[in-house]
Amino acid sequence: MQTDYRNREKRRRAAWIAFLILPPLAMMLTFVVWPLLSALSAAFYRWDGMAQGEFVGLKNFADVLFGDHFAALTWRAFRHNLFVFFALFVVQNSVGFLLAWFIYREPFGFRFHRVAIFMPVILSTVLVGFLWKLFLDPNFGLINQLLDMVGLGGWRQPWLGQETTALPALVLANAWHWVGFPALVYLAGMQRIPREILEAAKLDGCNGWQMLTRVVWPLVTPSTTITLTLLFIGAFNWFELPYIMAGLDGSPYGSTDVLGLYFYRTAFGNQTAGIQDFGHGNALAVLMFLFIAAVATVITQYLRKREIAL
Amino acid sequence: MLAGIQTKPIVRRTLGKLALALFAAATAFAAPVQAQAEDITVWSWRQEDKAAYAKLIAAFRKHHPDINVKFEAFEAANYNTVLSTALAGGTGPDVVQVRAYGTLGVGKPDYLVPLDKTTVPEFANFPDSAIAAETMRADGKLYAVPLASQTMLIIYNKELFEKAGVTPPNTWDELVSVSKTLKDKGINPFGNGTATAWQNETIVGALLSSQIGVQFEQDVMAGKADFTDARFVGALTKLNEIKDYFAPNFSGVDYAASQQLFAAGRAAMFAGGSFEIANFLRQNPKLKLGLFPSPVAKAGDPKLVALYYDGGYAINAASKKRDAALKFLRFVGTPEFGTAFSNELQNISPIKGVAFENPLLKEVATLNQSAMSYIMLVNFRYQEPTGSVLLQSGVQKMLAGKATPAEIGAEITKGIATYYAPFKK
Repeated sequence: MQTDYRNREKRRRAAWIAFLILPPLAMMLTFVVWPLLSALSAAFYRWDGMAQGEFVGLKNFADVLFGDHFAALTWRAFRHNLFVFFALFVVQNSVGFLLAWFIYREPFGFRFHRVAIFMPVILSTVLVGFLWKLFLDPNFGLINQLLDMVGLGGWRQPWLGQETTALPALVLANAWHWVGFPALVYLAGMQRIPREILEAAKLDGCNGWQMLTRVVWPLVTPSTTITLTLLFIGAFNWFELPYIMAGLDGSPYGSTDVLGLYFYRTAFGNQTAGIQDFGHGNALAVLMFLFIAAVATVITQYLRKREIAL
Repeated sequence: MLAGIQTKPIVRRTLGKLALALFAAATAFAAPVQAQAEDITVWSWRQEDKAAYAKLIAAFRKHHPDINVKFEAFEAANYNTVLSTALAGGTGPDVVQVRAYGTLGVGKPDYLVPLDKTTVPEFANFPDSAIAAETMRADGKLYAVPLASQTMLIIYNKELFEKAGVTPPNTWDELVSVSKTLKDKGINPFGNGTATAWQNETIVGALLSSQIGVQFEQDVMAGKADFTDARFVGALTKLNEIKDYFAPNFSGVDYAASQQLFAAGRAAMFAGGSFEIANFLRQNPKLKLGLFPSPVAKAGDPKLVALYYDGGYAINAASKKRDAALKFLRFVGTPEFGTAFSNELQNISPIKGVAFENPLLKEVATLNQSAMSYIMLVNFRYQEPTGSVLLQSGVQKMLAGKATPAEIGAEITKGIATYYAPFKK
């Protein structure tokens, strides 16, 4: 009787667990695993636009990595992604950290600042993209007009129209949009630090800068793991903002071209210039996925270890 | 509904089964009734044309009251994907709106029914270049009845020209002096900017065609010339002479901003496509517009516009109603359709004998008599790197002062040489 009851309990429990796991598992299989596998298989064929041709093995991968025309664009886009990652690390994550420290010390009006800093994060990227495109307009844009007003009219630039400023301008717009996120994560990390530690440090004669670099920064490393990993994934998947602000071609003349744009216009075609090429597009997508997954894993593993070491 | 009613499990189960049966029956009845032989479906990427098509279809039904036409439009950006997916799955509409050139946007020839002058005698109403546009590159067969043509030319604001006391230029030197006069009088000569990549190709077509010339295009297609040719590079050089008359800070002015400049009457000229005319007039109905073709190098040279065809109607090879679909295609080839199409949609039908109501469209149709191809779209947009990609970024770079015309010519040639045999040396 007793075992019967137990078995029944076990079965009920198993059924309950299955009930909880199966729907999300089915979702994952349908919307994540299946597309991934089909993208992988598509990358091994030649395609006429969206029409599948013959099996070509690894040719598409070789083309996008080393081929005549594709490789130059792939590596240019990759370099741009790298730049975006490092630039965002400086202007988005580091500024986020400083902002968090600023708010953590609860200066006058910190509640307002906390909301103000986070506010842009809830805006849609499309909106932010259009807004910044207007701000950066060379003739009517807010930025150039502000420069005029403060007597720096000589610094006026067609920001999105020249090679040297276009990508940095996009990075700044992105940082403006997202800086609230690392700020919030760091703030939460700081608030988890026991007050006694900070008080002890103060008693030992730490000044503000020492407190920040020697005490707070090491203690918020778990937050760094999160923000850095997400920043890496975001920087290498970057698509919406450059698409809206610089177009599918990465205007001007490819100086804002990133892997996301290059993948998209290769696979799905650029109505105003290109053709559809699903094979090479999918090869790019698969390589991007593998690269991002591999590096993100390494980053998290390494930083986790560092968290424990500290 | 049954909540609160005490029911024994058996009753509940029976009710459940009953409900299931009812549901199944309801779905069965709701399933589409097998379509009549006379119903045909047309797919298009022109959602904005839906209302106009109701009229065009009504005109068709006057001739064929036994055929119902259902017009379904999809978002333009996703159309090719939706269509290719349907065609690959052996479904899709009876009549397909296809793109022009290359693979007509469908990928493979097997998806469409080949046509010729015996099945569609109305092809006689079209110029050869229009028919060539709907021929698939893979097998050289004709698959669609052409729909519209687009022309690259210069649109100008008549009032601003009058105000500055200038008239439309014939030669390139006149264009430069007209631009200078306008600028001296405080009027932006051109609304054009170069921040949107494809606008750079448009600018070349609209401004330089007369200097590039039909002969150059023929030589390129015959393998006798490439893009390092003096005719092409020389024309690009001219663009550097005129760029100072583009929108202020043109390298940062995108397509939308340059359209606004012109539509708001803040620029006197716009180097663009005939498709802008309807746009400009919708944004500012008070505009008085005039048109002129690309200025010539020296007086007496032929004045050219750059022309391409845009879309056509084809029959899905999987369609079970080919006869009805063919009747629709033959109607699309008539001057009656061409006239209604042009006047309803402010587009230019390539059909001979179309009567345009809009004098501007009539003028474009006249200018089209002396045209060269919009060269990259028509001839080199079937493999990467496309001529369009190379030309667009090249000209953008050149106008930013980062490359010379000769370098651009060489880059374009090198890119196209990766798949175009005559350029391989």
